[in-house]
Amino acid sequence: MNLMTERNLEKAVNDKMSAQGNAIKMQGKDVTVHYGDKQALFGVSLDVPEKMVTALIGPSGCGKSTFLRSLNRMNDTIEGCKVGGLLTLDDEDIYNPKIDVVELRARVGMVFQKPNPFPKSIFENVAYGPRIHGLAKNRQQLDEIVEKSLRRASLFEEVKDRLHEAGTGLSGGQQQRLCIARAIAVSPEVILMDEPCSALDPIATAKVEELIDELRENYTIVIVTHSMQQAARVSQRTAMFHLGNLVEVGDTEMMFTSPTEKRTQDYITGRFG
Amino acid sequence: MSTLMVLVIVIAIAAAGYFIGRQRAVSKEGGNVKPHSLPHYHGWWVFLASALPAILFVAVWAAGTGVYLERSAIAELPTRTADTVIASQSLELGMVSGIARGLDRLSDAERANLPQTFAELQPLLASKGVALATEGQDYMIPIATEWNRNTAWASRIGGIVAIVLALAGAVFGLSGVHVRARARNNVERVILGALIAASGIAILTTIGIILSMLFQTITFFQSVSPSTFFFGTVWDPRFAAAGSGGSQGQFGLIPLLAGTLYIAFVAMLFAVPVGLFAAIYMAEYASRSVRSVVKPLLEVLAGIPTIVYGFFALVTVGPFLRDLSAALSGGYAFIQAQSVLTAGIVMGVMLIPFVSSLSDDIITAVPGSLRDGSLGLGSTKSETIRRVVLPAALPGIVGALLLTASRAIGETMIVVLAAGVAANLNINPFEAMTTITVKIVNQLTGDLEFNSPQTLVAFALGLTLFFITLAMNIFALYIVRKYREQYE
Amino acid sequence: MTDIALNPAAPASARPARRDIGLKRRYAAERRFKLYGIAAIAIGLFFLVALMYSVFSNGYTAFWQTEVNLAINLDPKIIDPDNKRATDPNVLLTANYPILARNALAEKLGVPATNKPAMRELGKLFSEGVRGQLRDLVVANPSLIGTTQNVWVLTGADIDSAFKGQIDLTVDQTRRKVSDQQVGWMNKLKGEGAMSQRFNTGLFTYGASSRPETSGLGVALIGSLYMMLIVLCLSLPIGVAASIYLEEYAKKSRLTDIIEVNINNLAAVPSIVFGLLGLAVFINFFHMPRSASLVGGMVLTLMTLPTIIIATRAALRAVPPSIRAAALGVGASKTQMVFHHVLPLAAPGILTGTIIGLAHALGETAPLLLIGMVAFVANSPVTPLDPSTALPVQIYMWANEAERAFVERTSGAIIVLLIFLAVMNITAIILRRRFERRW
Repeated sequence: MNLMTERNLEKAVNDKMSAQGNAIKMQGKDVTVHYGDKQALFGVSLDVPEKMVTALIGPSGCGKSTFLRSLNRMNDTIEGCKVGGLLTLDDEDIYNPKIDVVELRARVGMVFQKPNPFPKSIFENVAYGPRIHGLAKNRQQLDEIVEKSLRRASLFEEVKDRLHEAGTGLSGGQQQRLCIARAIAVSPEVILMDEPCSALDPIATAKVEELIDELRENYTIVIVTHSMQQAARVSQRTAMFHLGNLVEVGDTEMMFTSPTEKRTQDYITGRFG
Repeated sequence: MSTLMVLVIVIAIAAAGYFIGRQRAVSKEGGNVKPHSLPHYHGWWVFLASALPAILFVAVWAAGTGVYLERSAIAELPTRTADTVIASQSLELGMVSGIARGLDRLSDAERANLPQTFAELQPLLASKGVALATEGQDYMIPIATEWNRNTAWASRIGGIVAIVLALAGAVFGLSGVHVRARARNNVERVILGALIAASGIAILTTIGIILSMLFQTITFFQSVSPSTFFFGTVWDPRFAAAGSGGSQGQFGLIPLLAGTLYIAFVAMLFAVPVGLFAAIYMAEYASRSVRSVVKPLLEVLAGIPTIVYGFFALVTVGPFLRDLSAALSGGYAFIQAQSVLTAGIVMGVMLIPFVSSLSDDIITAVPGSLRDGSLGLGSTKSETIRRVVLPAALPGIVGALLLTASRAIGETMIVVLAAGVAANLNINPFEAMTTITVKIVNQLTGDLEFNSPQTLVAFALGLTLFFITLAMNIFALYIVRKYREQYE
Repeated sequence: MTDIALNPAAPASARPARRDIGLKRRYAAERRFKLYGIAAIAIGLFFLVALMYSVFSNGYTAFWQTEVNLAINLDPKIIDPDNKRATDPNVLLTANYPILARNALAEKLGVPATNKPAMRELGKLFSEGVRGQLRDLVVANPSLIGTTQNVWVLTGADIDSAFKGQIDLTVDQTRRKVSDQQVGWMNKLKGEGAMSQRFNTGLFTYGASSRPETSGLGVALIGSLYMMLIVLCLSLPIGVAASIYLEEYAKKSRLTDIIEVNINNLAAVPSIVFGLLGLAVFINFFHMPRSASLVGGMVLTLMTLPTIIIATRAALRAVPPSIRAAALGVGASKTQMVFHHVLPLAAPGILTGTIIGLAHALGETAPLLLIGMVAFVANSPVTPLDPSTALPVQIYMWANEAERAFVERTSGAIIVLLIFLAVMNITAIILRRRFERRW
């Protein structure tokens, strides 16, 4: 295990050091995914280092969301979806029948493309996870968790006076931050984000990106985005997908300045995508 | 001239008009002017101009003469006195029209030497297949003869006018045929009118329901005060034979309303959990293949006529519950074969598919992103359903349940056969109670005088039922609509 | 625990301790919940099976009726003792035909005509329906008088039940409806092959009767057929016209809103209310005949209209706007667009909805009770204006009869009704599968 303080991490990134210095939180080896007869992923091997933001980029339909969804087995909910290869979380095979999918998802949280707050109050939205997992022993603890999560999601100041109003009444950007707060409230180890800003306006996007950068301090984050600029802004590592294959993976800055693969170059320079 | 013959002649004229009109349109084509409408539109326009006014006239005339003839017959009836043999004017009128109908079937020779007394006339008409009540009076015969004469007159005049109208319409239509005439627009305007009239029937039906029941109800309230009807706790209408009069029953709505609501409650108690859980299972758990088998099977339950459920309750469920209770208590059957429980359970079975298919639709309408959101936080499927999906679907489900409850309240055949006819007011579900619908059927089957409170009360009951279910439906449809908008 | 949970900033290397998130309890709840769902479906299916079993086990025997084969001597001395048939046609109508059958049976079983009690017992073996059967035979062909004819005669309802094994013959004969002597004869005839079960054509041809063995669905079938034709002829054009107006022409206004709400509400009005409407308006106000299938058909039409309108509107809505635009684009008028393009494309959907509406109308009972279709009608109606009954009403009337044989007949009638409904619904499903079009 590599002991690395926050400061060192930042330094490492700033020094354009390879992120390999961090411990590997999740790992995919030769991952394949089939939807019925259609194969969506062709043997992807990718490491997700701890407490960093890993961005998955690539043109639409390239399999980046599929890979993301297999990291907390959300693909299980899709009928006819089969995942092959090896996916680990802390060196444990997450598709091992002994692994409990509910527990896995409590450790690997997810934020979706479109903000999807439950039709409940803001408080109830955030409290939902702690409640089902029994994380709070009493009301006071629950209040604490909710407040802390909302603060971490930089939403608390905006909503503190209307915690008991409907979550669906917030603006799009606020809704997405609420969903992030909802995910944080479960205290996951990894947070998966599936194009979290695609439904948001630029100002809301900026806020969420800022938030992601702050969250890196405590969480391992994997984010799917099709915006190059976003990947460059928020991530330390970038993986480029194309047609169900992993084309290239590496330090974000390296990827954007000197990609080794031609396809990556083409994509970054906007020749397809 | 019979109405049918008039109609045939009118249609024939109109059809002739169609062909001539089309012919004329064809013959006027050519030249430099582009015709506005195809020839057959001209034909149709002539057809409509000819047939439509004539047919409308025939309908109005037939209705009008009917009312007129009745009026004039009533005017000729002797003044009613306290000791008039026949109970009511409507009964008297019915006899006169019966005699008139019978006289119509006689041959000319028989009509020439018509017997002057009813006693002689009755067997004669009976041999022609017209059975008459025995209370017929001699004075009715001339009135009936007069009636027939007037009828013949009226139909002759009406027929002639209709045919003239048809001819005039045809001429009018034909005179308008020229190259630039907008025959198509004319025809389309008539079609549009017909379409509007068709949609008006829906409104007419509602108005018809309300007005017809309202009038009878008002008549009923003239002999029984509304407060004793709405708040009375005893139902004992005391059937009176036609004409005997005098005996007044008690018409208390409360026991019927209580029975209706109680049975509907028991049915819902059974149907809601079963239907709801079936819907949840099918929407959230069942694989596609299970769903494709089970869903249609449950819907078969909805396609079975209610009379079949009633029979099932009568011969199977009722006796089974009675025998079961006898076996449990060691001899004494504390559940009656016809009881609130029997009717409630069987009605509940009938309602299962309503609850399940309505709720299924509503549950599947909850966006998948909410399920993903919950599952992504690590909740189990049942937690997702209980804490996210169902609360989100709640308004819709409430609406669906209201619709189902209104169906339970208005259901007739099951309760007629399974609930019993005794208007009890009790809370024991093992005993018989009766409902509003059962009493409507009871009061209106059999030969009863139409204007007695005993039959009129059925309309008061019907109106009550109509408004209860209407209120529930409007509220339910409002909720369901609101709910749909939320996720559209 | 919450402390840990809220402080993931603790040393990164130290993996968070596995939290206890109550998995065991939660999975137990999950299993229970799923079980409730399965139980609910099982309950629904159980009742479906129970209902079907109850109907079919009671009713399948109704399609066979026990008959006895007799060589009946159409003795002129009994049919026409005064030899007046040439002048008075009533003689043949009122002759004592059952005596002929009884004598034939007595001869077959070797019962002396002098044994009065035995003859009386014998007379109960076959149905009174023999009177009509022989009368029709003789009236149709008077030259048969004096000859001996081999005729299958219906047995009485009790013998029929005994023959089908529905009567417990172990109980004392005073407590059952067939005597030991009759059972003996029955078995003897059965052994000779002279008594057997034959297909019950009477079930489909006879009208109302107070005796189970001679009552049938004849009148009800004709009545229901008339009503279905009337419903089809009225509700299809009116329903389609109304839907076309609402879907294609009407601009959204308060009036169309009212019509819309109105139609949805009418679809949910209890059917018995339509019966009250029919009674008050058609019979009381317009003086139409009671018990007539015309009135029944009109009442059912009003009841079915909302269903058809809702289905038709859905079918019209499913036709994509591009078709409409294409038609208008080549210069068709709106009416031409609707009738040439939209309506044909929507036809399968409309037809399916109509069939389902008709099936509903066919099974409807309550409104028909109120307009007097609960009538004892023995003769087949000729026109829709004649008194008649309907299939479900006949079931209701039979269900109210106490005799065992009527339970059998009621169930048989229900089977007939269910078969009709199944055929209609399957037709609708096939139509939908066949013509379903995805745009």
